[in-house]
Amino acid sequence: MDLVLIWFLAIAVLWTGYFVLEGFDFGVGMLLPVIGRDDTDRRVMINSIGPVWDGNEVWVITAVGATFAAFPAWYASMLSGFYLPVFLILLALIVRGLAFEYRGKGDTDRWRSWWDRAIFYGSAIPALLWGVIFANLVRGLAMDADHIVTASLFDLFTPYAMLGGVMTLSLFALHGAVFLTLKTGGEVRARARASVAATAAVAIPTTVVFLVWTQAAHGAPWTAPIVAIAALGLVAGVVLAAKRREGWSFAATAVTVGAVSTTLFGSLFPDVLPSTTDPAHSLTIRNAASAPYTLTVMTWLAVVFLPLVLGYQAWSYWVFRRRVTREHIEPTPSYGGGAEAGPPPSVH
Amino acid sequence: MEALDLARWQFGITTVYHFLFVPLTIGLSLIVAAFQTAWYRTGRHEYLQATKFFGKLFLINFAMGVVTGIVQEFQFGMNWSEYSTFVGDVFGAPLAMEALLAFFLESTFIGLWIFGWDRLPRKVHLGCIWAVAVGSNLSAYFILAANAWMRHPVGYQVNETTGRAELTSIWAVLSNAQAWSTYLHVLSASFITAGLFVAAVSAFKLWRGRTAGQEGPLPNGEHELFRKTLRAGLIVTLIAGVLVVFSGDHQAKLAAQYEPMKLAGAEALWNTEDAAEFSMFAVGDTEARENVVDLNIPYVLSFLATGEFGGTVEGINDLQAQYEEAYGPGDYTPNIFALYWSFRLMIGLGLAGVAVAVLGLWLTRRKRLPETRWFYYATMLALPSALLANILGWFLTEMGRQPWTVHGVLLTAESVSPGVSLAEVAFTLSLFTAIYGALAVVEGWLLWRYVKAGPSHVVPAKEDDGEDGSDSPVPAFVY
Ligand code: HDD
Ligand code: HEM
Ligand code: HEM
Repeated sequence: MDLVLIWFLAIAVLWTGYFVLEGFDFGVGMLLPVIGRDDTDRRVMINSIGPVWDGNEVWVITAVGATFAAFPAWYASMLSGFYLPVFLILLALIVRGLAFEYRGKGDTDRWRSWWDRAIFYGSAIPALLWGVIFANLVRGLAMDADHIVTASLFDLFTPYAMLGGVMTLSLFALHGAVFLTLKTGGEVRARARASVAATAAVAIPTTVVFLVWTQAAHGAPWTAPIVAIAALGLVAGVVLAAKRREGWSFAATAVTVGAVSTTLFGSLFPDVLPSTTDPAHSLTIRNAASAPYTLTVMTWLAVVFLPLVLGYQAWSYWVFRRRVTREHIEPTPSYGGGAEAGPPPSVH
Repeated sequence: MEALDLARWQFGITTVYHFLFVPLTIGLSLIVAAFQTAWYRTGRHEYLQATKFFGKLFLINFAMGVVTGIVQEFQFGMNWSEYSTFVGDVFGAPLAMEALLAFFLESTFIGLWIFGWDRLPRKVHLGCIWAVAVGSNLSAYFILAANAWMRHPVGYQVNETTGRAELTSIWAVLSNAQAWSTYLHVLSASFITAGLFVAAVSAFKLWRGRTAGQEGPLPNGEHELFRKTLRAGLIVTLIAGVLVVFSGDHQAKLAAQYEPMKLAGAEALWNTEDAAEFSMFAVGDTEARENVVDLNIPYVLSFLATGEFGGTVEGINDLQAQYEEAYGPGDYTPNIFALYWSFRLMIGLGLAGVAVAVLGLWLTRRKRLPETRWFYYATMLALPSALLANILGWFLTEMGRQPWTVHGVLLTAESVSPGVSLAEVAFTLSLFTAIYGALAVVEGWLLWRYVKAGPSHVVPAKEDDGEDGSDSPVPAFVY
């Protein structure tokens, strides 16, 4: 087998896993101010992703780490080329990760509303920028013969890339809304159902237009059916959610996110970063790849450990399969100065 | 000022910051797992209190470790793209392994641990914290193997046509003497630090209880609890303290072999000597390349570097000449002042913490507790001192490697991203610094609050437990 090809596929799988999994927890974060009317609602929402968001985030760490190992030049040109967007994503992930852990550990409304904002922006910014970055990857960037990206920040905001950003933003919001219908109860679930319709109103047209544009300008013949699957998944997701078949609805939006990611990687192939300056300067899976020995080592590793990871991650989803409702949420603990203040908080 | 300088500052600042949380995560994960195991085995309430109380502090620290770690993973590509392209083949592999083997484990099981208190059978739940501890301690090995490769590159070959380093043996990279030796040293330093963390928190609580001046000032058996955890922390520190000296000695020997310039710099040894003396205090003139004041212990440096009292240790001036011959004209001398003082302060500040542990264990023997204020103060001060020792150790390691990123193979100046402008690095550097500064305040404040509030805030007192005493029902949804 062709190791370079396998590793391109592996990287695509890792990013797809990332978008499918972190996509819904980004969505939940973005919907926090919309669906979470009071603190208890917001805690229901946050706790619905509480046990799993960190594990979801490691998919991007692994995707980037694996790119470093398997396609060093891709890793280098992509991260230095998208310097400021990547930096903003990092800042967003920092405040978001801390927000989940720290939000409940203070006891004033101001403290919590700051962290709520961190969760919202921390989810929306990466959801938008990953779309901008990947659309630019497919479209190509000005890049010289040494694979140094010469495009400026403004060059990244083409109409196509902006559409890509709005697409991931709205699609992840929809995916998150569907997740909430599946994993919460009561009011939150009802409002999530309304959000499914609202987000779908944006997600369906942007996703369809973006994918058709991608297919027309950059697509391969085999990605055309994938585009169709993405569109079907969207419609099915919305219809199933309305019929309260939430599990199936979530599966459908997951398929859509996966199909979008597949279309992007399929359109990119066999380049990994096309140069708009001169196609001869493009980074391809061949000239960006590591030597066969490294790829062999990595293949063995992935074959042994990726199934294991999938196994225990699946198990953790199983453990936390129950819906979260307001009844599950303890009164907000108080950690004021001494033991006197308020009822004894008994959060773990 | 060039983008290169700022990129170096950025790497230094973000890495040092990440490494404030790393030693605590590494050490505390295992200590908390040990507390929980004790609770599982004995069912005694104070072990549950210890698990939850230190577990909470551990989580506050862990969150910072995670979010600052992500920055590290991206930073090589952002600021050091030439480096990344050149070494990715070799250096990326351990990084990817770290993510696949360790980070997934850590992050998935931490979620299960936090939320699983009433969901999982007790034994399985205990297994979760052990999985986190294994993940943390395992992750350190891979990243340190990657770092060790930069100081002593092995198992690779530079491909003449592509101009890139290529891996020839992953085994050589993972079994690099620098890798396992550094691992031992970093792990022992981490356990010194985490042990002192537990001890410092316990000392603080005991001291507050004492100064509150009432009879039995600490409620719910907390006095007994913290007396125990104080000793537990000090014991961990003492054991790790012994290991740190042996592993540090080994590190020095490896440095003498592979990076003689670093060792010579750490000792401000300008000229090659046999039976070299260990410098206790020196005032140097880095322009004239000699020391003005020297206070030395005979033979010790030779012994540290070679294992023989009469061994030869190469001096900075001779090494500079050798390097110029081998690699062409240039300045191959790192910042001697920084190396010299970070070496001394690493040892001094770190071992001061170990000394506190020895003393503390003696003073608290047979359930005693000293009355004197200075004992509690010393124990609390030992924690920042150990953290500083860790940072200074990295200063020594990293600044001593300059001007190379990969020793003898790639210069730092050749590693930086050519496409990233000064303005861009300046922008990200200032924002990182500002945000990191603000987050340090938030984190410190949270830790302080939780320490002050004490275990009764994270686990109900034994009396309110209801029937079964040791196994209180804990709500699962904690965010
Ligand atoms: C000796 C140990 C050590 C060293 C030298 C480093 N780290 Fe680290 N890192 C850890 C030990 C560690 C850890 C103990 O495993 C952490 C700290 C807190 C945590 O959650 O895991 C961690 C977290 C952590 C994470 C987040 C993982 C997650 O989401 O669970 C990433 C991506 C990195 N690190 C990457 C790096 C990189 C690229 C480094 C090199 C510059 C680096 N770390 C230095
Ligand atoms: C195990 C992971 C690492 C740790 C804990 C670590 C730690 C440190 C520390 C403490 C410093 C000193 C800060 C200063 O001098 O301002 C530093 C500097 C630096 N490190 Fe590392 N480092 C690691 C890996 C790396 C890697 C993989 C690179 C590759 C690019 C690197 C490149 C640098 C550079 C360029 C500097 C600036 C040097 C200087 O200003 O003297 N380090 N690092
Ligand atoms: C007798 C005591 C010690 C000796 C002889 C010693 C020696 C050394 C040496 C030679 C290095 C540089 C290794 C290299 O770059 O190749 C080093 C690094 C380091 N030291 Fe120490 N050390 C001692 C005590 C300590 C203590 C007490 C701490 C912290 C509590 C500490 C923390 C570190 C750290 C974090 C590093 C960087 C990682 C590494 O390269 O190993 N050391 N030490």
